[in-house]
Amino acid sequence: MEAVAQAFDLVFNLQTMLVIVGAALFGLFVGAVPGLTATMATALLVPVTFFMPPIPAIAAIVTATATAIFAGDIPGCLLRMPGTPASAAYADEAYAMTRKGQAELALGCGLVFSVIGGLFGTLVLILAAPTLAEFALKFSSFEYFWLVLLGLTCAIVITAERPLKGIVSLLLGLMVSAIGLGNPAGFPRFTFGVVDLAGGIGLIPMMIGMFAVAEIIRYAVDTSPAPQVDTQPIRNVFRGMGLLLRRYWLQTLRGSTLGTLVGALPGAGADIAAWMSYAISKKSSKEPQKFGTGHVEGIIESGAANNSAIAGAWIPALVFGIPGDSITAIVVGVLYMKNMNPGPVLFTQNPQNIYAVYLLFILANLIMIPLGWWCIKVAKNLLRVPRNVLMPIILLFCIVGAFAINNTVFDVGVMLLAGVVAYVLQENGFPVAPAILGVVLGTMLEENFVTSMIKADGDLLAFFGRPVAATLGALAIAAWFLPPVIRRLRREAGA
Amino acid sequence: MKINDAIFGAIFALLGAVVLVHVQGFPKIPGQDYGPGIFPGLIAAGLLVCGLLLVVSGLRRHQRPTWFEGSDWMRSPRHLGALAAVVLGVAAYILVAEKVGFLLVAPVLLALWFRVLRVGWLRAVVAAAVATLIIWYVFYKLLRVPLPWGVLTPYAF
Repeated sequence: MEAVAQAFDLVFNLQTMLVIVGAALFGLFVGAVPGLTATMATALLVPVTFFMPPIPAIAAIVTATATAIFAGDIPGCLLRMPGTPASAAYADEAYAMTRKGQAELALGCGLVFSVIGGLFGTLVLILAAPTLAEFALKFSSFEYFWLVLLGLTCAIVITAERPLKGIVSLLLGLMVSAIGLGNPAGFPRFTFGVVDLAGGIGLIPMMIGMFAVAEIIRYAVDTSPAPQVDTQPIRNVFRGMGLLLRRYWLQTLRGSTLGTLVGALPGAGADIAAWMSYAISKKSSKEPQKFGTGHVEGIIESGAANNSAIAGAWIPALVFGIPGDSITAIVVGVLYMKNMNPGPVLFTQNPQNIYAVYLLFILANLIMIPLGWWCIKVAKNLLRVPRNVLMPIILLFCIVGAFAINNTVFDVGVMLLAGVVAYVLQENGFPVAPAILGVVLGTMLEENFVTSMIKADGDLLAFFGRPVAATLGALAIAAWFLPPVIRRLRREAGA
Repeated sequence: MKINDAIFGAIFALLGAVVLVHVQGFPKIPGQDYGPGIFPGLIAAGLLVCGLLLVVSGLRRHQRPTWFEGSDWMRSPRHLGALAAVVLGVAAYILVAEKVGFLLVAPVLLALWFRVLRVGWLRAVVAAAVATLIIWYVFYKLLRVPLPWGVLTPYAF
């Protein structure tokens, strides 16, 4: 109980509160502007949160991502341009509602069911994480090895249309993680005498490159014409929500559950949760013929799913240090920087920090109701923000942000290279999520692999010698049979 | 911009092969089989195999494989210019920021980027100056990031 009281003190103070409000506004803005994603919001926040105490830093990321995922619905609904990839699954549907004159209903659903989904995911996080952590305290290097491998496998089979490209992306990420002194032998690998490489490639500059610079490049070469903003007035977005909740409570629950699960699976985040939920909603609906014509059912289910995925992704990130999506991949890096190393010990040694994270999630979702409502009101002005002015400013911000982590222009170079490589790979169908997980988890995978090999004296059967390890190993192997299922769901969502 | 998978495959396979050779030179730990070379070695072997598989699938996909397929923006000088400005602009920052100083390099780059994205002259100049000052104030003054002064060092404040 003392820890809970401490957590309240950590969260309910002026600094943290100001950070939450600021981050919420930032997240809403980033989400509402097409071409700026929630992951980009996180990457851009890190250089600023770098200078904050741990709890405000986490508050900023939690709030900004939750609000950005909701705000992504706004341009999807009004322009048919999803503000973040997480809203892409139902942008057509929401736009069809706008053309029928139901923009306020679509936006209201986006807001209300985002909040419900977010709170549901938070509830699962609060219930599941400590139990898992207690269980994980008994894990040895064998279990961790399989757990990391299971995570990396999920990242490939869920995100990649073609698993081979996902594997290549993962291997490139693992290769990058091998650079520097950070290996069990402490030997400088692939540094070629360059001092800046001894500590390895900086995670944050690389993330800024992959998620912000790559987006800016995509904007620079975008030849599609500027969209027209629909100008119908938006009045009370909350009208009729109670009725919808009663009518579609099952869809809400199903979307939130699936979203949390997909979020918790490494490599897949809010965008995939939304696609899968939309497909399932259509498949199990009583009126599937209405989907695509401006029907609210799918928006409710997948709108809840993408926000619950945000919280779900934190479960493996906090308990095992294995990020559930690309946002938490950055978060794991931030936790290490703040000396809040993720893992089961975090739950026993510093429980007040964990309780504070729970509180932050609840607050972030609640603050979304008034601020999101306000954001919808001013949405038309937000959508008129000139992107040709915005993008260069973001680029300068990226340069300064990448520099700020270690005060070296070498990191700016890392950022630029990562941005160009990520852009080229993505254009050619290589998913980036496995690469990020590879970079984040490479060290952990190697450490547990080498430790296990030494313990087992090279006997690979020992990897299956403990019951939990054997189960995780079997799961990791079974995961390879998932792709056909996923492909079918994707096809049905597209059809 | 679509590049044939075979080209990517060849690059990755080559990378894998080079790394495989390179890790052979890593030191062995006496009395222990698992030195610093084993993990990158396994990854490199994986890259080599996957790279070769990509080559095969890239060649097999079409009767006559297309090596490179351009996008719309490659035929548009404006978009090519924007791409070059973004990439070369950041590269220029890396090269000259230390010597010339943030307060001189940043507004010039911003103005250049604004102009290639077709922001009007007046707006570009004003926005470049204002954005530079805000970012400088936040990072240099509030967060104490040592942004370089360069030639302005004598006037630093």
